[in-house]
Amino acid sequence: MADTPKYVTDIVRAGLDARYRREARFRRMGLAAIIMGLIFLSMLFISIIGNGYSAFWQTYIQIEVHLDASAIDPDGTRDPQVIEAADYGGLVKQSLRDMFPDVTERREKRTLYGIVSSGARYDLEDFVTANPDQIGNTIQLWVQADDDVDMLVKGHFDRDKDQSERRIKDNQIAWIDKLEAEGRLESRFNKVFFTAGDSREPELAGIWGAVSGSFFTLIVTLSLAFPMGVATAVYLEEFAPQNRWTDLIEVNINNLAAVPSIVFGLLGLAVFINFMGMPRSAPLVGGLVLTLMTLPTIIIASRAALKSVPPSIREAALGVGASKMQMVFHHVLPLAMPGMLTGTIIGMAQALGESAPLLMIGMVAFIVDSPGSVMDPSTVLPVQIYLWADSPERAFVERTSAAIMVLLAFLITMNALAVLLRKKFERRW
Amino acid sequence: MSVVALLFTLVLLGLFSYWLGRKRSYAVVNGDAWKLHSLPSYHGFYAAIWCGIPALLVAALWLFFEDTIITNLVIAGLPDDVRNLEPARLNLVVNDIRNLVYGNITSRDVDPAMQAAADHYLHLQLVSKAALTVLALVLAIAGALIALRSIHQDKRARNSVELVVKIFLVASSTIAIFTTIGIVFSVLFEAIRFFETVPVTSFLFGLEWSPQMAIREDQVGSSGAFGAIPLFAGTLLISFIAMLVAVPIGLMSAIYLAEYASKQVRAVAKPLLEILAGIPTVVYGFFAALTVAPFIRDSGGLIGLDVSSESALAAGLVMGIMIIPFVSSLSDDVINAVPQAMRDGSEGLGATRSETIKRVIIPAALPGIVGGILLAVSRAIGETMIVVMAAGLSANLTANPLQAVTTVTVQIVTLLVGDQEFDSPKTLAAFALGLLLFVVTLILNIIALHVVRKYREQYE
Repeated sequence: MADTPKYVTDIVRAGLDARYRREARFRRMGLAAIIMGLIFLSMLFISIIGNGYSAFWQTYIQIEVHLDASAIDPDGTRDPQVIEAADYGGLVKQSLRDMFPDVTERREKRTLYGIVSSGARYDLEDFVTANPDQIGNTIQLWVQADDDVDMLVKGHFDRDKDQSERRIKDNQIAWIDKLEAEGRLESRFNKVFFTAGDSREPELAGIWGAVSGSFFTLIVTLSLAFPMGVATAVYLEEFAPQNRWTDLIEVNINNLAAVPSIVFGLLGLAVFINFMGMPRSAPLVGGLVLTLMTLPTIIIASRAALKSVPPSIREAALGVGASKMQMVFHHVLPLAMPGMLTGTIIGMAQALGESAPLLMIGMVAFIVDSPGSVMDPSTVLPVQIYLWADSPERAFVERTSAAIMVLLAFLITMNALAVLLRKKFERRW
Repeated sequence: MSVVALLFTLVLLGLFSYWLGRKRSYAVVNGDAWKLHSLPSYHGFYAAIWCGIPALLVAALWLFFEDTIITNLVIAGLPDDVRNLEPARLNLVVNDIRNLVYGNITSRDVDPAMQAAADHYLHLQLVSKAALTVLALVLAIAGALIALRSIHQDKRARNSVELVVKIFLVASSTIAIFTTIGIVFSVLFEAIRFFETVPVTSFLFGLEWSPQMAIREDQVGSSGAFGAIPLFAGTLLISFIAMLVAVPIGLMSAIYLAEYASKQVRAVAKPLLEILAGIPTVVYGFFAALTVAPFIRDSGGLIGLDVSSESALAAGLVMGIMIIPFVSSLSDDVINAVPQAMRDGSEGLGATRSETIKRVIIPAALPGIVGGILLAVSRAIGETMIVVMAAGLSANLTANPLQAVTTVTVQIVTLLVGDQEFDSPKTLAAFALGLLLFVVTLILNIIALHVVRKYREQYE
């Protein structure tokens, strides 16, 4: 009589194994989803760090330069202007020819010159300007290697391939090996990467210009978005009457929070640049656009912070005779400030990582100098990453990843600050 | 005085008048502050406001109009033959004069007339700066004096100061509305100009997108076709792939975190997943272009598939990764909002955890989840950097995720980055696309926010 179970429990029991299996399967699926997410995260970090960590070192070559007095300062005046005008590129080339005397053919010479950076002449110029008494002597000077040499030394080029398939020629490899054997090749901390502006030559390119551009942009954003965001939140939360107008404002804020960032770029292009005639590529315009973009974030966070202040505080303040404005500014606002600051920091982190709207307002230009004010043309860190990511040289892949690491370091610091702030000042009423 | 110095002086003057106002309010009651209607600091603020605000307003207006007025004055002073040039050429001349003034390189040789105009420009600038300085300082001092003189025992300084603060609060809160209006107008006007040259129907329903305008009559391949269907198709394809990745992973991880995970797992996994939301999109773009796209191309090659190196799959996959935390945190919220009583009821009847989730919690949370997914779709459609870096430029009308497609945002960026004339159909097309993007995302957002809000009210 197994076909007709007597009790309901029998039916339940019969299906129990399958149900438990389904339960376990469902649970595993959930776990798998989380693990997938974490795998993606770690793949992202591994890919960036793996590609980028080597950019913090740069290969230097020691060259032996004869500071020929007749080439630098023929009249012996030691006049800085004369020294500045000398042909240092020629001296660097001469020194390479002296170090490899068996290179005679014209084409070969040119490949030989290619192993040191085109910035070597400026290093030499700086050295001579600083030490004019060395003119006439032969000196040993460490100069940057070309990016291709750097890549070879770091092992990013395959030596076994045919030379037509890589950017560095067989004879260059031979020279580099010779230099290495003589101890004239050294890997040093890449200071240029942190102090220089953009450049077409990877070994001369740095993030300082972009970092200062980001700094000026964020200063503008912060000084506008924070007061206006807090003011809006205070008005909506503490003063505004419940009517259609405030509803309209709220709907607008919520919608702006979800408008694609590129649309803010179109707004900046049409209103700030074409209508108001502000300069293109300026951190001022970038800051204005990012202000409009981050305002909703700050407003929403600030309102939440104000909401969490209990009404008893307000009633107590009003009860001892404070005006409504005094109650808000003397009592409610200080208590809500940590939450507002947390929201502001998160908004600033968003603004720091944003690039799409800044492409629209011309912050993608190739700019070598770092900006000195909010009106100078500049670029920002994420846009610099975008620009470098487009460059074909292998050395720029490395530098792009390194710039991303710097950007992520900034973002992690800011977010950690926000979390700390929240932890330290969070109050449960 | 430079603008910065002027601002600095005004701030100093403001501080000084605050101090004076406070002092004077004490003085008028012989030190018995309780006799005053308002606290002494309000008298200080009152004086500072009268000192600073009129001067700042005038300075702002002055700086805003200064350039236009000077330029017009300079143009008026130019020789007749230059003045009667057509506007575009005249503009070039003015630009050259400006370049001369700021010491930049000019596009032509400097002739005496231009040199004179540049000198005139410089002179006018000097005069204008001097006049502004004098005017602003006079206004500041006069304002402060008037305010200081008006201080007396019954002066309602607090009410005035609070009124000013309130005006600032109200003005700030209208920024959101002005931003929306600004967005609508800036894209609408240019889009209307675009639709004057290209009819709306051929834009919305055209099957060919090739925005290069022919410069010469006989040029090949630059027809200037503005049919946006391939862009919509590309955008939808990439967003669809992104959703295929993000929705299952995001939803399942939210369910696991909300219903199964122990406190410790939750405390670790949730912030880690949220890191994904904090990573800038340009980083995802680089990751897609450098790692994911070659990987997909190579593994496709292994099984004999011809995968484009800018495949929609790579861009969509990475975009999906980006959206995972978005979906998961929104779903987490709505799942947690389902009342515990419903869980208890279901489990009390003998349902397993997963049956409770599938048959009770998800149906109850469905509106909220759908709203969250709609928000995620709107984000995927508007996402720019990933597709700019990892998706292609060629407008293929295809549903094959292994081929390169282009999206609305990619085209906006390509059409607008770099210098080009502002009123060619090519640049205007970008604004038409922007209008479309804005409208579509707006509709999605409004629906989503409405659904989410309705859902919240249900359980509150």
